[in-house]
Amino acid sequence: MSERLDVKKTYKLLVNGAFPRSESGRSYPVMSAGGDFLANVAQGSRKDLRDAVVAARSAQSKWWAASAYNRGQVLYRWAEMAESRGAELAEHVRVAEGLAAKDARASVARAIDRLVWYAGWTDKVAQVLGGANPVAGPFFNFSLPAPSGVVAVVADQDSSLEGFVECVAAPICVGNAVVAIASERRPTPAITLAEMTVTSDLPAGVLNVVSGVTSELAPHLVVHEDVDGVDLTGAGAAGDDLARRAAASIKRVYRPRDDENPLRRLRSFVETSTVWHTIGQ
Amino acid sequence: MSIAPLRPIEIRDRGVLVPALIAVPGFRDEGELRRFVGALSGVDAVGVEGRVAKLATRSLKKSTKATAIDLAISMVDLTTLEGADTPGRVSSLCAKAMRPDPADATVTSVAAVCVYPDLVALARSSLGDSPVAVASVATAFPSGRASLEVKLLDVRDAVSAGADEIDMVIDRGAFLAGHWGRVFDEIVAVKAACGAAHLKVILETGELVTYDNVKRASWIAMLAGADFIKTSTGKVGVNATLPVALVMLEAARDFAETTGRVVGVKVAGGIRTTKDALRYLVVVNETAGDAWLDPACFRFGASSLLNDLLMQRRKQRTGAYVRPDEYSGD
Amino acid sequence: MTDLTLSSRLGALPYDPAPESATLAHLRQSYGLFVNGEFTAPESHEQFASLNPATEEPLASVAMASPLDVDRAVVAARRAYDKVWSKTTGTERAKYLFRIARLIQERARELAVVETLDNGKPIRESRDVDVPLAAAHFFYYAGWADKLEHAGFGPNPRPVGVAGQIIPWNFPLLMAAWKLAPALAAGNTCVLKPAETTPLSALVLAEILQQADLPEGVVNIVTGDGTTGAALVDHPGVDKIAFTGSTDVGRLIQERAGSAKRLTLELGGKGANIVFEDAPIDEVVEGIIDGIFFNQGHVCCAGSRLLVQESVADEVLRRLLRRVDQLRVGDPLDKNTDVGAINSSAQLDRIRELTSWGEREGATRYTSSCALPDKGYWFAPTVFADVSQSHRIAREEIFGPVLSVLTFRTPEEAVAKANNSKYGLACGVWSEKGSRTLWVAQRLRAGVIWANTYNKFDPTSPFGGVRESGFGREGGRHGLEAYLDV
Repeated sequence: MSERLDVKKTYKLLVNGAFPRSESGRSYPVMSAGGDFLANVAQGSRKDLRDAVVAARSAQSKWWAASAYNRGQVLYRWAEMAESRGAELAEHVRVAEGLAAKDARASVARAIDRLVWYAGWTDKVAQVLGGANPVAGPFFNFSLPAPSGVVAVVADQDSSLEGFVECVAAPICVGNAVVAIASERRPTPAITLAEMTVTSDLPAGVLNVVSGVTSELAPHLVVHEDVDGVDLTGAGAAGDDLARRAAASIKRVYRPRDDENPLRRLRSFVETSTVWHTIGQ
Repeated sequence: MSIAPLRPIEIRDRGVLVPALIAVPGFRDEGELRRFVGALSGVDAVGVEGRVAKLATRSLKKSTKATAIDLAISMVDLTTLEGADTPGRVSSLCAKAMRPDPADATVTSVAAVCVYPDLVALARSSLGDSPVAVASVATAFPSGRASLEVKLLDVRDAVSAGADEIDMVIDRGAFLAGHWGRVFDEIVAVKAACGAAHLKVILETGELVTYDNVKRASWIAMLAGADFIKTSTGKVGVNATLPVALVMLEAARDFAETTGRVVGVKVAGGIRTTKDALRYLVVVNETAGDAWLDPACFRFGASSLLNDLLMQRRKQRTGAYVRPDEYSGD
Repeated sequence: MTDLTLSSRLGALPYDPAPESATLAHLRQSYGLFVNGEFTAPESHEQFASLNPATEEPLASVAMASPLDVDRAVVAARRAYDKVWSKTTGTERAKYLFRIARLIQERARELAVVETLDNGKPIRESRDVDVPLAAAHFFYYAGWADKLEHAGFGPNPRPVGVAGQIIPWNFPLLMAAWKLAPALAAGNTCVLKPAETTPLSALVLAEILQQADLPEGVVNIVTGDGTTGAALVDHPGVDKIAFTGSTDVGRLIQERAGSAKRLTLELGGKGANIVFEDAPIDEVVEGIIDGIFFNQGHVCCAGSRLLVQESVADEVLRRLLRRVDQLRVGDPLDKNTDVGAINSSAQLDRIRELTSWGEREGATRYTSSCALPDKGYWFAPTVFADVSQSHRIAREEIFGPVLSVLTFRTPEEAVAKANNSKYGLACGVWSEKGSRTLWVAQRLRAGVIWANTYNKFDPTSPFGGVRESGFGREGGRHGLEAYLDV
């Protein structure tokens, strides 16, 4: 009796709630930290990014129109899904990052806890970042945070799951839609986590994940005029150049710093909108 | 709570039915009046107050100031409305109205003297054939709390004694209760009783409180036939204010553009200084325009204002400030 | 109600000239660079003239700062930061700012005249808006200096270091205040570069900083042109750039600064002023006027696109045109002037160029019948009706007294049209219906939304744009973020 042949998974893109192969038809081999072949992963193209930005733009207004309570529930649901498939995620992280199983499990636990943390932020952001302004005149004046819109993320290259969660959950929790380029060498934890959004009621298009060659993809995203902000966490040495290119359409640019303020990433993709209204009989 | 009648209310004067809402084209009943007046655009208090604050910074110098002071003098309704009024006070007021500055014949007479009905005859005879008109408050001034019969009698009494102008008060209670038809009909009735006399309708804006109310009441009064709309009796806490005047002038301007009939505006109560008066004239100048820069269409109901105008007028000419005692206390 | 059966001439009572005295400005003939607490000659000894745009006559000569001068200023700011300002307690910094606020109030009349002479704006505005708001900004941020740990950015927020600040010519003193006050409160030192055509009020402010005994080098003011600004942006000793100006220059600055320097940009706009049929019509007309003719329309947040509901469009336009014709254009020093001079011949050319496109593309032009002075740079208040979304005058920032009127039918259409712009700085919404106003406000992509008012500013109220109108906020608690390492 022969051994059962296992069913290999094809890792595809996540665009608008669906899992297409790259329109280019390309894929690239992804290796484990130990150098073994893991999978052929879809190698996204400029056109995949274009489709993802269209999807994100269309999803963003709906996502923002949902109540903050609802957005929190959806993100928490995502954390629930991740928890229930925690072992699978841990295995991905272990293989991708070359960690001991215990450390991989701990990393997944931290990633899920961060999702929960962000889930709880959705309905606090307005109170913490917004407020009433006591202007000298007969006006009611209040400032509220609003999402920047579509945020492009060059996800952390090394921290395949935790880093990815940090990069995408922060902008999503404040109402943005995201087009993320997954870690080039370690994409499978991110792709697996992203798959779970489809069973978490996250509206299609709010999170789009494109795997592929970062140096090929990122330059297209930072000059895409319908992208409002970019997180260059995983851009490495190319970050300076990408940041300059983002200037063409005055994008908000996030780059990590040492001694990070825990809310800076979240604040980076929030716009303050201030409304004045007359007060009179 | 009562429901506003949708049929015209009947107003009888000495048993005769007074043509009221029915007689005014366009309004068959109170409902139609409410729909029309209620559809007027609202007034934003902050915007109105901001606008007058900006207009109050206008700087009137030299010949502009001289022209404006003379215009203001010609627009004064020199007023005495006290329980203590006597024939002597009224006749000296009339003398002042005709010749405000005894030392300067170039000073124009004021527009009118304004008195209670029982003093109209005296004022009339004191003024002789001068161009100064006699205005009389009527309709149970200042509260207006009397039956229509009594109000109309009050009006007829003043008119028959020689009043050229009648300053009536609206029924603020009815207005605030939403009985706009009653307010309207009462004005129509008073207008009829005025005969040839001009009718000024006092809105008592201090009791209407909101600018929306001021605007609506202005329209109701104008639609009902007012020749003038007037801010205040001078007998309540809040009298004429610049923002209220602005709202009324805008209403009069819009009414004139709609109907072709120019209704005057009178501001009354609390206007004591030349500076105050000039600010009103700036508002007139820049919001209603030159049709209202005329005593036929704009008045100041005041008493002490006149002396200040005279002092400022002389100061403009001589360059020296004037001793208040130069002018009579009337 | 559009039948004009009566014509009453507005403004028929002419106002005699009521000019403020130009001598109150007490301008010097020549100004150096304010570096390290004193006025110094530029390294090149090159000077240029600042003109009065209302007369085209020179007001004073100011120094042209070269890259070497900018370097001197940055070095002075760095030294002041390291040696003095970073060691000055919040309480002491606060007192310096309160002092500056008071000195601005004391010299308010002088500053207003200087601003009007140099910029061309009406004295009524410099006196009642620019100068009092500048003082208020210092007063407001003074209070923050010793309360930064309560500002919501963590327990011990640190300053950024040396801030390079480049400001525009439309509100010269006020923009200097917007930049300096939060930067100093947060503990930074500054190198401020005023606009080429309006350097004078910042130089008077430098005198005020001296009077306030602000430690030398904490604020340095380098006058010059675009090359001076570029030298500041490129200087490696500058930790942060704050820029207010055009989107084109902002883009260049963002490119040059990359991510090596902190950056906040307050750029252009094409603000939509949305008027619903239930709006308070007379206040609407005033709001439209304030929105586009305030400061000759030289306002990044100007309500330069009027979006009016079709059902009231004719009525609003009729009243608007009557009002536009009444605007008093002329001598900026005259207290009764409503619209002053265009700031420069270059700006006048740009306004003329864009308005000529308005006619070419088929919009209907109304121009105020006001008389314009012979000398100086002037542009009569202008309204374009029948403008469509695709016209250049509906898309590009004119930065002048020119309004484009478009119409809409439903709230959704109004929002769609308002958002159909690469900019997103400010919008107006006019309606008596609160729920709809808030519905619209929620959907407008703009940093500032004025409901039943326009062009209101306050030091406590954050100001700034989205999309190509820039990023970062000035004013309020939010305004501190740009100057804190958080």
